[in-house]
Amino acid sequence: MSTTAVARVPLSDTLARYRTALVAGAALVALLLGILFLGGGTWPARLAVDLSGPLGDASDWIIDNRDSHPLFLYFFGHISNAVVLSVRAVYLVLLAAGWAGVTAAAGLVAWRLAGIRPALTAVAAFAVCGLLGMWVPTMQTLALMTVAVTASVLLGAALGLAAGLSDRLHRALRPVLDTMQVLPAFAYLLPVVLVFGIGVPAAVLATVVYAAPPMARLTALGLRGADAGVMEAAASLGATGRQRLLTARLPLARKELLLGVNQSIMMALSMAVIASVIGAGGLGDRVYQALASVDVGAALAAGVPVVLLAVVLDRVTAAAGERIGAAPSRGTALGWAVAAAVATAFALVGRHTGRLLWPDAWTVDIAASVNRAVDWMTAHLYSGVPVVGGTADWAARFTGWVLDPVRDGLQWLPWWTVLLLVAVLAQLVGTWRTALTAVLAMAVIGVLGAWEPALDTLSQVLAAVAVTLLAGVAIGVAAARGPRLERLLRPVLDVFQTMPQFVYLIPVVALFGVGRAPAAAAAVVYALPAVVRITTQGMRAVDPVVLESSRSLGATGWQQLRQVQLPLARPALLLAVNQGVVLVLAVVIIGGMVGGGALGYLVVFGLAQGDLATGLVAGVAIVCLGLMLDRVTQPAGKETRNA
Amino acid sequence: MRSRTIAAAAAFGLLTLTGCGAADMTKQASPYADAHGAKTVTLSVQSWVGAQANAAVARYLLEHELGYRVDTVQIDEVPAWDALSQGRVDAILEDWGHPEQEQRYVADKKTIAPGGELGVTGHIGWFVPKYFADTNPDVTDWKNLNKYADRLRTAESGGKGQLLDGSPSYVTNDRALVKNLDLDYQVVFSGSEAAQITQIKQFAKKKKPFLTYWYKPQWLFEQVPMTEVKLPAYEEGCDAEPEKVACAYPHTPLRKFLNARFADAGGRAAEFLKNFRWTTRAQNEVALMIADQKLAPEQAAERWVKKNESTWRAWLPK
Repeated sequence: MSTTAVARVPLSDTLARYRTALVAGAALVALLLGILFLGGGTWPARLAVDLSGPLGDASDWIIDNRDSHPLFLYFFGHISNAVVLSVRAVYLVLLAAGWAGVTAAAGLVAWRLAGIRPALTAVAAFAVCGLLGMWVPTMQTLALMTVAVTASVLLGAALGLAAGLSDRLHRALRPVLDTMQVLPAFAYLLPVVLVFGIGVPAAVLATVVYAAPPMARLTALGLRGADAGVMEAAASLGATGRQRLLTARLPLARKELLLGVNQSIMMALSMAVIASVIGAGGLGDRVYQALASVDVGAALAAGVPVVLLAVVLDRVTAAAGERIGAAPSRGTALGWAVAAAVATAFALVGRHTGRLLWPDAWTVDIAASVNRAVDWMTAHLYSGVPVVGGTADWAARFTGWVLDPVRDGLQWLPWWTVLLLVAVLAQLVGTWRTALTAVLAMAVIGVLGAWEPALDTLSQVLAAVAVTLLAGVAIGVAAARGPRLERLLRPVLDVFQTMPQFVYLIPVVALFGVGRAPAAAAAVVYALPAVVRITTQGMRAVDPVVLESSRSLGATGWQQLRQVQLPLARPALLLAVNQGVVLVLAVVIIGGMVGGGALGYLVVFGLAQGDLATGLVAGVAIVCLGLMLDRVTQPAGKETRNA
Repeated sequence: MRSRTIAAAAAFGLLTLTGCGAADMTKQASPYADAHGAKTVTLSVQSWVGAQANAAVARYLLEHELGYRVDTVQIDEVPAWDALSQGRVDAILEDWGHPEQEQRYVADKKTIAPGGELGVTGHIGWFVPKYFADTNPDVTDWKNLNKYADRLRTAESGGKGQLLDGSPSYVTNDRALVKNLDLDYQVVFSGSEAAQITQIKQFAKKKKPFLTYWYKPQWLFEQVPMTEVKLPAYEEGCDAEPEKVACAYPHTPLRKFLNARFADAGGRAAEFLKNFRWTTRAQNEVALMIADQKLAPEQAAERWVKKNESTWRAWLPK
């Protein structure tokens, strides 16, 4: 995070006031003109384009030509085959190593890269995957992840390299990467499936689209951040451009590169379950199939390995990143040799005892007890709890008192007023340029004929973000003040952040009934950890000297919080708002699966019915909504959103 | 310059990896298939439990009686047709009628072959819980539905009665029906069958009245007995125009479809899948074990197979 965003604030106060007045004046004039000329109501049909014809034709063309057109035979077909072959190769190696070999290798690699504690975590995690009876699906997911992450890292690094070396490419790539990140995965599953068909190739490619941007961003950031002094020294020593890149710039960017790998892994894993909808197999498929028979326990048994993989990979890559700065320890090569030998030995022992797959006798069935617990909980909380009422009553009240008024209000507003509102907000938060992007994004939604459902979705996002922020900032502030609480929270946040959303869909419906309220609840669960983490970090980063001096002036804890910490943590809080919005929007589609309706339902509908027009238009509308919300909530500089 | 080198290297890598020449998009099995050097069959499973029951029993017999390895992939109905035509899956065991897809893939492209009837007849309709119909017998005729709209209101239905609809992948005319029959109802899409079942169970626990789109055969009837609401009778072709539908849903004999190449060259597995034919009761028995007793599909299939040898013996190729 850079300080330039903060540095802009002390511009003269009068100018800021002047700008607000200017914007307000312009808005007022536009409002009056709008009332005079444009009329009210929803987006006018004459300004809309119906794409169902051409999109339907495109999808027919693909299906009819997929088996014969050179584009598919010589291009997509080869990509698809390459993906299948690589995933298969990794999978066969994993199976051949057996559970003993894989577990040992995981532990030893973690030990060499990150130290003894992550190593123990890794071994324990793989053992739990086996214990839960999920060995084979875990290996399938691991194989898919290996290929997808490798491809993302290579692609991301290539893009990042280009952006890091050329300013023009950097500027050109930024909106592309923005879009790739705001794009909900579900929206592009359908086109990918159309081209590649159901299965692993489509899943890997969809994952790469999602997981490559952070790698690209961080690579570019690392290259651009290279110390000018070092670069000059290298140049003065007569190094060529390539030498400078290889010997100075890249090594200096090691930390960012590793963080990029780490982020790519996390993004890829979060796609593992979504990709199951298009036949990726593995753990995601188990979660998805359990969902079909309304079996929370079985879904959890398959969801836990996803969480464990995420935690292990996150800790190992993060620890490796921290070590990189330190001096290389002696005997590294020897250490690796020992590790490789031990892992091979384990694999061979496994082979010779004929125990490649995790033994069935060593599995624990958690499904039944989880289901009993969930049944008990939902039966007792659903309704009729004295005084506070049951969760169903809360959901009904939340729907009636918050969701309905916001939705009806937004849909009642004349379309041009909504555009005006967006423009004013974006202008006040950002620049004329961000305002233009935001308004254009909203206009595209209207032109595509998705105005009404988009506003419905917007109302759900706004309500869920409000709840997320209230809860998230409160918890974050508490965690920043009590390190004990933070330690307790950490694993909980890890789980919430990485647990596939499909796992908690059923409990959410059982608690809140079908509708928009459970969709909002699912979104809050997903977005809360990020908001809590950013808030905690922001509060922590407040200069202790400032705090000390305020205390010496006799400020109480509450005064300190309100008048010192919160204002100083403002950039972090704004980032929390932004991330809250983006993450909540990401769950909108999942919300469509529990009755959230609107754009999420349309995307799911498009995918389920193979209806490219409906699915793609709704997907694009979500992207536009995301861009608009991002611009409206993104504090002035882009610098705050590097990761 | 450098980018061109990289592109050339990437292209070369792809080619060496895949072998030169054209890639066959119709011949791409899952990378997880065949891992033990066995013959593999891939079955598509749709999200409802009946489809899981078919797949579980077929899988059990293919593995234990015929020595195949079976992969299952969960896909929605329409994409499943596409996957079938590409050979990503070998068979759909329960199709509820997709005339458009049938025309495209079976008649025109000939990449999919019919695999005969499953033996189960499917029927979609509107249902109310039995406890509600018992006390209010006239609710089972659509003409009286408006009288009950008030009692079927929820937070989601916006002042009207709620008609609970299910997964977006299911065939439904409900929006048109509500409009054309002039009903004071709002169709609320629960977005997935799992959500719909969960909601129905919660309603049933509190003995609350509800009206829902549902279908037979379905195991949930054993847990929550429901009575069908009579809609204007179905006649051939009355549902031809989606906007103008004002009649009930038909009774559909469910059918199987195989990948055309697999149907020809799939050997005993293909023959077995063509012979596979059981009854609604048998399917429900297995479905209930999976969904209600939470047995793994494999265990449920095993139990059924142990008890019904005479039935499945007839499916095995001679």
